[in-house]
Amino acid sequence: MSTTVAGDGAAPPLLEVEGLNVSFATSRGPLHAVQDVSLSLAQGKTLGIVGESGSGKTVLSRAIMGLLPRASSTQTGSVRYHGQEILNAPNDELRKLWSTHIAMVFQDPMTSLNPVQRIGHQISEPLKVHLKLPRGEAKETALSLLMQVGIPSPVERYENYPAQLSGGMRQRVMIAIALACAPRLLLADEPTTGLDVTVQAQILDLLGKLQHDRDMAMILVTHDLGVVATRTDEIIVMYAGNVVERAPTKVLFKSMAMPYTEALLNSMPRIANPSHTRLSAIEGRPPDLLHAPAGCPFAPRCPYAQEKCTLEKPPLVEQAPGHSYACWYPLTAENRAAAVGV
Amino acid sequence: MSSVTAGTGRLVHPTNEAFADIRGEIEAEAAAHPTKKRLGVFFWICVSFIVLVAALATFANLLPLPNPDLGNYNSVQNGGPGWGHLLGTDDLYRDILSRLIYGARVSLVVGFGGALLGLILGGIPAMISAYRRGRVDTALNTGSYVLLAFPAIVAVIAIVSFWGHSMFKITLIIGVFGAPLIFRIVRASTLSYATRDFVLAAKALGASDTRILVRELLPNIMPTIVSFGLIVVATIIVLEGSLAFLGLSVQPPTPSWGNMLNEGSSLLTGAKGQTNFWLVIFPASAMFLLLFCLNVVADKLRTYFDVTEIKL
Repeated sequence: MSTTVAGDGAAPPLLEVEGLNVSFATSRGPLHAVQDVSLSLAQGKTLGIVGESGSGKTVLSRAIMGLLPRASSTQTGSVRYHGQEILNAPNDELRKLWSTHIAMVFQDPMTSLNPVQRIGHQISEPLKVHLKLPRGEAKETALSLLMQVGIPSPVERYENYPAQLSGGMRQRVMIAIALACAPRLLLADEPTTGLDVTVQAQILDLLGKLQHDRDMAMILVTHDLGVVATRTDEIIVMYAGNVVERAPTKVLFKSMAMPYTEALLNSMPRIANPSHTRLSAIEGRPPDLLHAPAGCPFAPRCPYAQEKCTLEKPPLVEQAPGHSYACWYPLTAENRAAAVGV
Repeated sequence: MSSVTAGTGRLVHPTNEAFADIRGEIEAEAAAHPTKKRLGVFFWICVSFIVLVAALATFANLLPLPNPDLGNYNSVQNGGPGWGHLLGTDDLYRDILSRLIYGARVSLVVGFGGALLGLILGGIPAMISAYRRGRVDTALNTGSYVLLAFPAIVAVIAIVSFWGHSMFKITLIIGVFGAPLIFRIVRASTLSYATRDFVLAAKALGASDTRILVRELLPNIMPTIVSFGLIVVATIIVLEGSLAFLGLSVQPPTPSWGNMLNEGSSLLTGAKGQTNFWLVIFPASAMFLLLFCLNVVADKLRTYFDVTEIKL
């Protein structure tokens, strides 16, 4: 059922996730934050994970990384990196992968850097620890990383504290730290959420460039379909902890089948629209994950929902090569016409 | 800056003559809000005093001082300050300056030793507890509440009267009873940093738990530890003073500021009805000045390390 990102079929997948379930124990019962997610990613490819707040994107990326608190969460299924099972692996084992094989760029550059350590120290630290570089060499590498992420006058910045840098600069530093030990897989969890639109584009272009230079795989987590449209090979759309649609990027934008994906796309402002066009928001709120509805989780908000949708949960089925979606009445021409008729 | 608005609201170009009128204001403004943080002269005066007391106490043997425990029988009993004995003598003909300097040893050793012991016993478990959370944290946390519920001074008095009065034992007991207080402060400040993203980011970079504790968390809580630690030192010096005043600290003839006060208070009014103020005023002032300086230093350091103003 899992689809490999379009590439030469001979290359073994770098990352394979199968039937991943994550639930948190809460006082009101288990909360299923991620349900039965499968994906795979080949070296050098980019996967976009899209969904609104609370759809399980961050939990999914942290579960892949192995960063969720063990005591309060239950994780089942399988996450394999180069065929090695890493889900629920002990921290000692994960530590060998973190930073040198898998790294993460965090959402908020304001809180993700240690406020009392110099930038240079924070970049060269993993180099010294993991790659055992001597002090001088670590500093040189750190300076070259700062240059690669486009920070002007790296020698001066090396001595700066995070508070002396702007948000965009800090996110560049975060990227430099994540890339320091040349990981094969980079998880970018909403790397541009806290930044200006202009800086957003710069950071994303930078990530794309570095990814290309290093032939690195990347998972780009975002709530913004516009961000992933031109920068990914495959897209996974998540809703209420479920994958509701998965397709290669081009296919998704050409023939999106899930009403939720369409709603996400329609809720973005478009330059082509006249300036007074009303922005269409998705009505309602995502379901309470503690009391998930029996049927399709999106049914209560779906303009095309019919009786079957509220009763029976649609499975994620591959309907066309590489394109799977979980919907009883996908957005085909006939169905849209029927919906208008109803 | 191309133009400056003066107090009247008119716009004045800096090259204008009028600029001269407000230059003083601008400079005063700049002086009032220096861009670089300074500790200030007062801080350094206080540090010097603490260092001076510590140096005198450490090198007391090398100073030309009479033996603090032996009487100088060729001098006056209960003699006031004068050239022979700068701060006077007590009823056993002993030199008060000498006793004051030797007595500082007790205050400093018990104060700093007790605080250091408290930091080790309370601070290290606090950091681990706040970082790891879970059952151990709950247990230690509850334990610290239980220990804090004890009235420390009563417990210390009880133990001291059974166990003994040596400086080492006093330090040990006070250190142990100071630990829960330090535990609470360190745990609280560690907790506020342990949940931040940079700790998770460090973990995601493959940093070990020890590394996260020592390299990521410790530097962040260091300002709290240093400033609170000094206040604990001051508190312990007072506690030792109280014990000594009750005759429960180091025993005579070894001098300590507290037992000097104790002995002096009973002899304050002399045989002829005069007031032998030097018996109590000097140990009391010494203790007051030392505590005052410790508090000033702690407060200034806290402000100096405070990073809130550079947080964006």
